[in-house]
Amino acid sequence: MAIDLKNATFHGYRRENGRVGVRNHVVVLPVDDLSNAACEAVANNIKGTLAIPHPYGRLQFGADLELHFRTLIGTGANPNVAAVVVIGIEDGWAKRVADGIARTGKPVSFFGIEGHGDMETIRRASREAKEYMHWASELRREERPLKDLWVSTKCGESDTTSGIGSNPCVGNAFDKLYPHGVTLVFGETTELTGGEHLVAARCRTPQVRERFMAMFNRYQDVVNRHKTGDLMDSQPTKGNIAGGLTTIEEKALGNIQKIGKQCMVDGVLDKAEAPNGPGLWFMDSSSAAAEMVTLCAASGYAVHFFPTGQCNVIGNPILPVIKICANPRTVRLMAEHLDVDVSGITRKEINMDQAGDKLLEMMFRTANGRLTAAETLGHREFVLTRLYESA
Amino acid sequence: MIHFVVHDEKDSVGVVVVEGVKSGQELTGWIMDQDKEIKVRAGSDIPIGHKLAIRELKPEDTVIKYSTDIGRAVSPIKVGEHAHVHNIRTKRW
Repeated sequence: MAIDLKNATFHGYRRENGRVGVRNHVVVLPVDDLSNAACEAVANNIKGTLAIPHPYGRLQFGADLELHFRTLIGTGANPNVAAVVVIGIEDGWAKRVADGIARTGKPVSFFGIEGHGDMETIRRASREAKEYMHWASELRREERPLKDLWVSTKCGESDTTSGIGSNPCVGNAFDKLYPHGVTLVFGETTELTGGEHLVAARCRTPQVRERFMAMFNRYQDVVNRHKTGDLMDSQPTKGNIAGGLTTIEEKALGNIQKIGKQCMVDGVLDKAEAPNGPGLWFMDSSSAAAEMVTLCAASGYAVHFFPTGQCNVIGNPILPVIKICANPRTVRLMAEHLDVDVSGITRKEINMDQAGDKLLEMMFRTANGRLTAAETLGHREFVLTRLYESA
Repeated sequence: MIHFVVHDEKDSVGVVVVEGVKSGQELTGWIMDQDKEIKVRAGSDIPIGHKLAIRELKPEDTVIKYSTDIGRAVSPIKVGEHAHVHNIRTKRW
């Protein structure tokens, strides 16, 4: 293979807790829907900062509330983020999110709107955000070993070329990264339906296999409890079907090409849970693109591989999403959304080893600072996973 | 020139990877796992990304792709014909 991964390095931002990021965002993070306006005003005042608005955070409870906090704290704690200003409607939950992020050692402060109003909150939060921005803008990238990079994957708007080209291309790259101690993750629990036995066979230990199958079966129960038909047009989506996919089994067998042929599933994660070591992790998660990628960012991943067939245009506010496509028609029609063209596979112009190297080369360029197509086009989809209704 | 791709020689379907395949056209397929070639005459117009049968399928036959079960045929599909949601359904949901 062309790239010497044994001695490979990238230039990233080493954070206070030792994690290494590839972006340097100062984030203005709302705890709840009510705080979006103040966060967006702060981000408008202080150039270079990034507000991440979202629709939730009120009257959630139990496991759903825990997931909300875990996702917000994980997003702020992600090494692609240098510093965070947290704004909530009241102090209590804003402090809880800020305290969670502060455990990384990075600068974070929080503001409650009640008792102050939006304008006073925006004034105080803007002053803090400005100081963070000055500080972050002087941080410098440093050379770090490949193993410091955390890489996630999730495919989207797949078609039959995903299973032929772009997904096995990710699998080839994962097989090459795995022996070098890189921390990897995949998920999409329902989208393994029909191929779950193949994932189970790749689990490192009987305990991991048991936990994986428990997560898989729990999610099947959710589908079976709520379904009104065979899920056609939802899973597979209308776009999947337009692209030639027929059944969930066919889609799943294409999907699992992303975990390659050699790497083993070393452990499983709950949604937005951070892994505690290198290897390949399975995260129980939705198969909806923005939900899953948001969870990957909250788990601490720094670069994302997103193979697509019909071209889902997704991005993420803090996690660079590298798009890979093997469909010659999509490459012709939607090139502005794509970072890696592997359509040569269908013409036998390149083999999978070469396709995997092409993706790894783009991974290093992205980690070193190249903006992805989704970043240049302003795609910042931040979608929180909900488990059930608010109280 | 490759018109369609088959994952494994045990599969019952292949995937068209070029635009504009017309009924009656002689197609060349590449079986990836065994690196072999096969020829099939298209029995329908087939859009890029869509499948054609490379084995005859009867109703309730299991459709094989990636040498694995991807569902069942719900109507007869002749070799070369378009194999899609009108004649293949899931066994799972």
